[in-house]
Parts: sequence; C-alpha cells; structure tokens
Amino acid sequence: MVGKHRGGWDFSAAAETPAGALRPRKRRGSRRRRGDHPGSVGPHDSDQHRGSDQDSGSDQDSGSDRHRGSDQHSGSDQDSDTMLRRFARGAGELLLTCGAVLLLFVVYEVWVSNVFAHHKQAQLHRQLATAWQRGQDPLKGQDRLNLPVGKQVVLPTGQGFANLYIPEFGKDFARTIVQGTSDGDLEAGPGHYVTSQLPGQVGNFAVAGHRVGKGEPFLNLDKLHPGDTIVVQTASNWYVYSVLGSRSAYAAASKLADPARRAAAIAAALAAPDSQGVPGREIVSPGAVQVIDPVPNHPSATATRALLTLTTCHPKYSADKRMIVHAQLIRAVPHAGSVLPKELPGGKI
Amino acid sequence: MYGWIWRRLPGGTALRVLQALLLIALVSALLLFVVFPYLEPRLPENPLTGPVTVDR
Repeated sequence: MVGKHRGGWDFSAAAETPAGALRPRKRRGSRRRRGDHPGSVGPHDSDQHRGSDQDSGSDQDSGSDRHRGSDQHSGSDQDSDTMLRRFARGAGELLLTCGAVLLLFVVYEVWVSNVFAHHKQAQLHRQLATAWQRGQDPLKGQDRLNLPVGKQVVLPTGQGFANLYIPEFGKDFARTIVQGTSDGDLEAGPGHYVTSQLPGQVGNFAVAGHRVGKGEPFLNLDKLHPGDTIVVQTASNWYVYSVLGSRSAYAAASKLADPARRAAAIAAALAAPDSQGVPGREIVSPGAVQVIDPVPNHPSATATRALLTLTTCHPKYSADKRMIVHAQLIRAVPHAGSVLPKELPGGKI
Repeated sequence: MYGWIWRRLPGGTALRVLQALLLIALVSALLLFVVFPYLEPRLPENPLTGPVTVDR
C-alpha cells in the first residue's frame, strides 16, 4: 500500500491510486490542484502534497511511481481498499455533519427560539390589549383583593390575562402572562401556575418563565434584590409587589467593595426569611412544589397576605435547580385610563 | 459527499466558495426555521432552555 521509495516513504502511490480509481476516467493522469478534493481525509493527502511540493523536479519520478503502484495492486485488493477508504471518508463526513447540526441546535435553542417566542408573545399581548379595549376581561373582574383562596375563575390555558412589568429588567420590560405552564404556554410568555392564586388575591400568584431561550422573560431573575418592584396589570387594577428579603442587609451589602463578598452578602440578604418564614429568593430542587403554595414552604399554613412567586431554571443553561423569587403585594390601584403607577417610568398614580 | 458536491459546483474557486457558503446558509436556515421548530416539542426536555416549573 505504501511503498518504500528512495530511502523514504512514498505516500503518493498510496494516496493517488485508490483515489484515482474513484474518479472519472478523464481526471486520471492530470494532476489535481491542491484543494481540489477537500473531502479527502487522512494524512495521506497532505503528505502527498507536501511531498510533491518540496520535492521539486521529482514530478516525473512520482508520476511513474504512481503507475507502477497501481500495477502492483491486484484488482480485488484495490477494490477493498477503495471501499474502505470510501467508507471511512463517508463516516467521517457524517460525524462532522452530525456535530455541526448539534451545534446548530444549540444556536436554535439559545437564540433562534427567541424569535418565535417573541412573535407569539407579541400576538398574545395584542390579543389582550384588544380584549381590554372592548371591555372584555378574561378574569371577569375577579382578581379582587379579598376573594377567598380557592375561589378562582376558570381560565382557558394559553389565554393571556395580565401584564407583568419589572423595571429592574429594563424600562420597557413588559410581558403578557399566559394561563398555564405547559411547554406551549411558556413559549408564548411567563405562565401562571393554574393551581395558584390570581394577581392581588390573598395567597400566592405564581408564575414560571424561561431563563434562556424561548423569549427568556426571566433571564435576569438573579438581578432582583430586596425591595425591587414587580408590577402586574389586570383589566381592572395595577398590583405593585415588592421583593422580599432583608432590605437593611441588602443596603449594607451593596456598599461592600469586594465583588465576591458583595455578591455573597446580597445573596444572604435575599435568602433572609421574613416574619412568616418566606425568603426573597431561594434555590430549590425541581420538584419543590411547596414554593408555590399560598404560604410558600408552609403547606398547612393559612394565607393572610397576597404574594407573588416567580420561578425559572437555575443555573443559567441548566435545569438542575430552580430559582424562586418571592414578593409581597404592597399596594393595588384601580386603572385610571392609560396612567401608569408611580413605580413605572412616567407613572403618576 | 462534500467532495462530490464541490466537484459539481461550476466556476472557479472563488465562485465555488460563494456557492458553498450559500448552500451552507440554505441548509442552516432550513434547520433553524423549519426542522428544529418542528422537532423540538417532540424531543425530551433539554437542559439548555430547561423546564422552568417546580411541579413537573
């Protein structure tokens, strides 16, 4: 296969002959230019090129060698060698292609899925705005503060019913919340856990959202701090929630100069439970349903206040854990035309 | 396969490179905007965009 040639290994015979057998007849004999067959694999080709490039003047030699080489092979030998080479090349190309497709899938998941999700979210947002303009309220006005826990309107899943504003995520951060937490629902926007309460109700209004890809509404959930506001808009009211956790500890922590210590102190401030044992932020296992209970982490307790809980995956690009942020309702104001609440930029009421 | 395609592209190297890039773009677009959106809901939940709920 590889012939000893003038004290060195001559790869040209080995590389040329079987490859030549693959080509149409007319190409044989004419020297192919470098890069003429990028699909070729293995060191043989590069060796061949290097050999013929460096060894100037020996073109004639290697040419005759090539013919001698092909004469040495019996027909069946050459066939099996060609088949093997062909198979190896095909397998290599297939593996490279699979790798490229998988990488492209990551690109899809992280970036392109956002395009589709934003489109669905925009549609949902428009539908809700139109419904409100027509005086239709998916909640039928039942998102009142003192509606008893368990008395909820039946909303069809996939239906948008409220808007979510988080100034900390950017001035223009606004998402329409959809009923339901199935994959399809969550692709359209943050999804309301159907068993949890409605905005403003005593108990827990719990919402799940993607962290990476699919619109990534909660990409920056880790940037929320104690006291940050989360505003929910329904057809009838504005609800202003404030992230739980120790605000004094957060104020002290944010003065620390060392970034690592500051981050740790802020995390500790967020994790501090309030008088009813609810922290501002917690990292839990994927099955920790108790975080969306009316009193988070206290399944048997009776709810006395209105909370908001946001859930997303954690850490970023992973699904090992869930990041949970709890907030408490601090005030609710009825709609007054298009006037925004004070917590939002340009708000007056 | 790629060698076969390359040899069948007309024109010189520059033109072939251009055509090859166009082909790559075409296949990528087909995957990103047609194949993956169709396949993705049929695949098991992937850890990258991850499930985000606590009740599953």
